[in-house]
Amino acid sequence: MTAMSSFNFAEPAFSFQGVLRRFGEKSVLSSIDLTVEKGQFLAIIGKSGCGKSTLLRLLAGLDQPDGGHIIRSPVSDGQTATRVMFQEPRLLPWARVLENVAVGLTGLANRTEALSRAHALLAEVGLADRDNDWPAVLSGGQRQRVALARALIGQPGILALDEPLGALDALTRIEMQHLLSSVWQRQKFTAVLVTHDVSEAILLADRVVVLDAGKIALDIAITIPRPRRHGTPEAAHFEQMILGHLLDDERA
Amino acid sequence: MPAPTNSRHAVLIGWVLPVLIVVLWETLSRAGVITDNVLPAPTAVFAAFLRFLQTGELQQNIGISAWRALTGFAIGGSIGFGLGLANGLSALSRNLTDTTLQMVRNVPHLALIPLVILWFGIDEEAKLFLVALGVFFPIYVNTLLGIQGVDPQLVEMGRTYGMGKRKLLIKVILPGALPSIFTGMRYGLGIMWLTLIVAETISATSGLGYMAMQAREFLQIDVVVLSILIYALLGKLADSIARALERFSLQWHPAFQTGA
Ligand SMILES: Nc1ncnc2c1ncn2[C@@H]1O[C@H](COP(=O)(O)OP(=O)(O)O)[C@@H](O)[C@H]1O
Ligand SMILES: [Mg+2]
Repeated sequence: MTAMSSFNFAEPAFSFQGVLRRFGEKSVLSSIDLTVEKGQFLAIIGKSGCGKSTLLRLLAGLDQPDGGHIIRSPVSDGQTATRVMFQEPRLLPWARVLENVAVGLTGLANRTEALSRAHALLAEVGLADRDNDWPAVLSGGQRQRVALARALIGQPGILALDEPLGALDALTRIEMQHLLSSVWQRQKFTAVLVTHDVSEAILLADRVVVLDAGKIALDIAITIPRPRRHGTPEAAHFEQMILGHLLDDERA
Repeated sequence: MPAPTNSRHAVLIGWVLPVLIVVLWETLSRAGVITDNVLPAPTAVFAAFLRFLQTGELQQNIGISAWRALTGFAIGGSIGFGLGLANGLSALSRNLTDTTLQMVRNVPHLALIPLVILWFGIDEEAKLFLVALGVFFPIYVNTLLGIQGVDPQLVEMGRTYGMGKRKLLIKVILPGALPSIFTGMRYGLGIMWLTLIVAETISATSGLGYMAMQAREFLQIDVVVLSILIYALLGKLADSIARALERFSLQWHPAFQTGA
């Protein structure tokens, strides 16, 4: 794990430069410029269908841009570049929880090491004694914890999260937000979280970007000191600002 | 969630009806309602069973039939599985062969018996060929369907975690296709016995079907019924083994989870 002191906040984790993406005639992302510093927690908000997932897939290398460049800074030894956490946990139903987490070390560690690290990471996400369970017996929130452990085990430089909490009930969601926040503060990866929940973005992110019609419509820093809680006056202030922006767009 | 199917209770209940039928059958035979030349009593069939067991004929014929069944199954099954795998994984292979295979599939394989006898006579090859052909299609079709039905999101997940082709196949695609492959296997087992019965009845000089046809010539109805029952039991045995294998390999599947 990288020590806090070795952190250089001027150093970018990745940078989108004039990135374009079209599907057929439809231009989904038009000229996206976005630079995110190492260790920053970025949240991306926008209406359904505005291209958030597309942006994240480009970042993760699951898709290629039709124009522009995506530059990722090289990662240090023992780190993987980018990991993605999807809205669905995407666990292998035929593999036990421990094996599912070990998938995150495919090609990076031998089996024994992978399993022992997976065991340690499961404890970190609050699933200490579920090693041998099948995914089918876990709750939705627990499955997402396993998916988080799998994403983190390779110590990614960037963790891309595509509405990972979108399918969870309100209480589980808040629990997971706190887990995410504490794991991020400990491991200091660069986090890019796509969410449609404005209060979630404000609770977790250093910076919020609003995406609209394939462009960045708003880019603000969330300056609330951590640890943060839901429903504070400062949070309400930022929430008003972002919501106002999203709704303004609607009227325009 | 479906009710657990492998509890002791459920198994016992399943045997109530067969036992009742046998008891009724015996009673009706003894009362003379069912005459000996239509259907001999269960005890008479059992006597035939002991008689044939003593001469060793029964074991020998069962052995031969089982060998034909399993060899034919192994040949047809592996070709079906191999082609299903190839066509599930490669669009080129699928485009090349699938249409042809689907066309051939519409020919009932038993309709080929006259042709097969012309080709192979009544040798072992004829029976193996028919069994293999019959078993091939269900296994081919279900392997292909199983692979095509694997959740693409899981495949994408595997890719993002750096799984190569081999790892993807072993960790994601084959396990995902397994329930469907088992379905194909169990269909295949049914067809295996059916084909063998027909083939042995029409043209054979050994095996259970031959035993039944011999007995028919000598009007030994008890032996005919015995052969039929043994076919049924072997079929049931094969299916039970397949089910046990299925339960073991699909422990992860919610339908096979029985709690502890
Ligand atoms: N592979 C694809 N082929 C065609 N259209 C796509 C594809 N992926 C996304 N789109 C389209 O791009 C737009 C943005 O999609 P997406 O990035 O998933 O939106 P969001 O995640 O913000 O809801 C949508 O209109 C969607 O239909
Ligand atoms: Mg999306």
